[in-house]
Amino acid sequence: MNSIALKMLIGDTTKYVSLIIGITFAALIMTQQPSIFWGLMTRTYGFIDDIGYPDLWVVDPEARYIDDVKPMSDTMLQRVRSIEGVRWATPLFKGSTEVLLSDGSFENSTLVGIDSTTMIGAPPKLLSGQLTDLRMADAVIVNEEGAKERLARQMPDGNKIPLQVGDTLEINEKRAVVVGVAQTSRSFQSRPVLYTTYERAVNYVPQQRRLLTFVLAKVKDGENIDLVAKRISDQTGMKAVTSQQFKDMTFNHYMKRTGIPINFGVAVLLGFVIGAVVTGQTFYAFTHENLKQYAALKAMGARAGTLMRMIVLQAISVGVMGWCLGVGCAALFGYSMRKSILAFKMSPELFLFSGFVTLIIVSIAALISIVKVIRVEPALVFKG
Amino acid sequence: MTLAIDCKEITKTYVTGEQEVQALRGIELEVDAGSLFMLVGPSGCGKTTLISVMAGILMQTSGSCQVYGQELAELNGGDLVSFRGKNIGFVFQQFNLLPSLTAAENVAVPLIIQGVKNKVAYDRAREVLDRVGLGDRWQSLPNQLSGGQQQRVAIARALVHEPRLIVCDEPTSALDHRTGQVVMDLMREVALADGRTLVIVTHDSRIFSYADRIAQMDDGQIIAIADDWQQLEGMHHHAA
Repeated sequence: MNSIALKMLIGDTTKYVSLIIGITFAALIMTQQPSIFWGLMTRTYGFIDDIGYPDLWVVDPEARYIDDVKPMSDTMLQRVRSIEGVRWATPLFKGSTEVLLSDGSFENSTLVGIDSTTMIGAPPKLLSGQLTDLRMADAVIVNEEGAKERLARQMPDGNKIPLQVGDTLEINEKRAVVVGVAQTSRSFQSRPVLYTTYERAVNYVPQQRRLLTFVLAKVKDGENIDLVAKRISDQTGMKAVTSQQFKDMTFNHYMKRTGIPINFGVAVLLGFVIGAVVTGQTFYAFTHENLKQYAALKAMGARAGTLMRMIVLQAISVGVMGWCLGVGCAALFGYSMRKSILAFKMSPELFLFSGFVTLIIVSIAALISIVKVIRVEPALVFKG
Repeated sequence: MTLAIDCKEITKTYVTGEQEVQALRGIELEVDAGSLFMLVGPSGCGKTTLISVMAGILMQTSGSCQVYGQELAELNGGDLVSFRGKNIGFVFQQFNLLPSLTAAENVAVPLIIQGVKNKVAYDRAREVLDRVGLGDRWQSLPNQLSGGQQQRVAIARALVHEPRLIVCDEPTSALDHRTGQVVMDLMREVALADGRTLVIVTHDSRIFSYADRIAQMDDGQIIAIADDWQQLEGMHHHAA
C-alpha cells in the first residue's frame, strides 16, 4: 500500500507542492534563524576561542563576560605568577579606542595588548606581515574585517582601499603602523580589532590607575586546573576560569541579559506556527478530498492500521522532502552570506532541532488526518 | 440452490439528534448464489442501506444477515474487514477510482490490500482488464478514460480478487444508455460466468431486464419480489 499512498500524494500536484512549500518554509526559518542566532552567539566569545594557549583567565570577580572590562592592578600579574602550580602568566589588555581615519572620521575599535616577549594572545592566523614585527616601533596588526571595511581608506570615488602593511593610523593622537593583517573571529560588535604589545596598548589609551584587563595563565604539567584556579581565587581575590568557563559565562550573559534569544525565538516560533498551520491545513484538505477514496479502500478490506500507515508515510515523505529543501535553502543562504557581516553558523544540533520540529509539524498534520480517516464509515462510498 | 444472502427481520434505525429514522423495517430476503439480483425503488426507500448491510459495511440494528452462511453480526471488526476483503467486490456509482493510479494499479488495489505482492497483483490486474476489454488501456489514468471505460475498470477491480458476491450501487446511472447496456452485458458475461452473485441497486429502469430476480423496495420494506421486471409490473397492476 506504500506505493499507492505515495502516488495518491504526488498525484495531487497542487496540494503536494503546497505541502512541500509549507514544510520547506518552516524548516528554512527554523534552521536559518537559529543558525544566525548561533553565529551571533559564537561571536560573543570568538575572542576567547582565538586565544588558545592559556588554561586559565584571571579576571575581576565581578566580570560577567568577555567585554565586561574591569581592569586589575598591574601587580596582579606577579601575584598570579607566584602561585603554586602556575607555569607561566602573561598580561592581556583589551579595551576600546578611537582610530582616526584618513578622511578625518573616527572609528571605534577594539585594542588588544599582548605580551611582547611570548606573544601570547596574538591573533591565530596572519594573512600578511610577521608577528615579531609587532615589536617594532608603533606597530599594530589589524584584523581582516577591520582592514577591509571600517578602517579601509575611503577614496573620493566611493571605493575602499583595504589597509595594508606599511599604512599608518592614528590612535588617540599617537601614530600606529600596520605591520600585519590577521584573520580573527568576527567580534559581536563587528568592530575592527587592533593588536599591539601590552606596553604600547596601555600607552595608546588614556592613563588610568588600573589597566590590566586579564591575566592569562598556564598550569604546570600534572597540576589540576581546577585546584590551581581555586588557589588563584583564594590568594588573589580574583576569579580564575578556564577558557570554556569564560565562554559559558559570556554565552549565558547574552542569553539571560539581552533580548537576542527572545527575538530569534519569536522568529523560530513564527516559522513553526506558520509551517504547522499551512501543512496541517493542506494535509487535512488533502485527506478530506480523498475521504471517499479512503472509505472505498476500507470497504474493499483495508484495515484502519493500513490507512494509518498510508497517512503516516505520506506525512513523513512530505516532511523529509520539505525538511531537506528547507535545510538546503538555509545552507545555500549561509554559503551566499559567508563573506558578509552576517553571523551564520550551522551545526549538527541545529539540523536535529529543525528535523525534530518538522517531525512535530508533520505529526500534527498526520494526526488530524488519521482521526478523520479512522472515523470515516465505509458506507460513505454508497452516498452519491 | 445455495443461498448467497439470507436476511431475516432486518431493521436499521438512524438516530439524528432526538429524531429516529427507520431506514429498514423488517427486511426478509433470500438471494440465490450465482444469480443477478436487483433492488429497485425510489430514492430514499432504503436500497443503499440494505446493500450496505449485505456488504458488511453497515451493521443492522436488529435481525440477521448471512452471506454465504456467515452471520456478519458475529464477526468482530478485523474479521469482518477480512471477510469483506476476500468475499465481496464493489462497483460504485461514481466509480471511485484513485485518480493518480493507472487502470492496472486501480484494479490491483483489492489484491494489494490483501497483501499480494505488487508484481503479482499488477499481472493479475492486467489479465482482468483484458477480460473487460481494456487490456490495451492498463496504463491509462482514470481521467484519460471515458465514463464507460472507468466503470469497466471498476468492474475489473471488483472481480480481481475473485469474490463470491459483488454489490453494485447504481452502476449505470452515470452512463448513457448505450454504455449502460455494454456495462450490464459485461457484468452478466464476466461476473456471473464464474458463478458469482451480483446484487445491483438501481432505479435505472432500462437495465431491469438483466435481473434474474428483482425486488421492489419502498419506505424501508420490500413490497414486491419477482423473477423479472414484467412480472413485478404485473403484480403492481394486479394490486392496483
